[in-house]
Amino acid sequence: MSVSDRPLDLALPGARRSKQRSNFELYSWIFMRVSGIVLVFLVLGHLFIMNILDGGVQRINFAFVAGRWASPFWQIWDLAMLWLAMLHGTNGLRTIINDYAERDQTRFWLKMLLYVSSAFIILLGTLVIFTFDPNLG
Amino acid sequence: MAATPVGTLYAGGQGMWSWVAQRITGIAVFFFLYVHVLDTALVRVSPEAYDLVIATYKTPIVNLLEVGLVGAVLYHALNGLRVIAVDFWAKGPRYQKQMLWTVVGVWVIVMVPGTYYMMKHTVEALFGSTP
Repeated sequence: MSVSDRPLDLALPGARRSKQRSNFELYSWIFMRVSGIVLVFLVLGHLFIMNILDGGVQRINFAFVAGRWASPFWQIWDLAMLWLAMLHGTNGLRTIINDYAERDQTRFWLKMLLYVSSAFIILLGTLVIFTFDPNLG
Repeated sequence: MAATPVGTLYAGGQGMWSWVAQRITGIAVFFFLYVHVLDTALVRVSPEAYDLVIATYKTPIVNLLEVGLVGAVLYHALNGLRVIAVDFWAKGPRYQKQMLWTVVGVWVIVMVPGTYYMMKHTVEALFGSTP
């Protein structure tokens, strides 16, 4: 096991172990690494373009967004970034809730709140990318 | 198991603190992402609404927060790659400490010019410069 991360909750004293065996935690662990590598390029590229290149954030406005989303390349970039970052972040927060919320009820409701708000953000973002209208207003 | 353990689970050191920083930067970036999707969604409301909220991103204080955001994302990305190397590279665990200093080094090398370009406009607007 690595020093800097804990792939399974075996190392936690008192960790709850599910009765039935499931590979979900393994897949979640693999997903964090695979999505992480892809996000390094998508997110750092996004931050470089938006915050540093060519005047950075000062040049961003509605027309700038319209110009970018006229291209399927940036639509797909942003859609992939939205889904991967949201799932990566939601899974990260799920791990943190499991680690620190001690009462079963607290864990359950914190995770429900997390899943509902994440689903809302993913759907809203997807809808915005697919229904964007450059001639609005 | 007692609710308050005696002592700590970890011995401390770079291994623990890099992990703590990974969690803190992860949480911070994730909450920003929620807000950022919401503000971007204003492009569906009207160009004026979107431009109004984007104007706050251009103010000096929020501009400084953006440097913090980029710093947090960059650390999380670089240390994440280090975690992957520790997990999958046979020699990863042996070189984890050297890789952490590499992470810190690359972070500084990127953040110094990055901060300059991100803050250029704000510094000029606040302290004046020849046009």
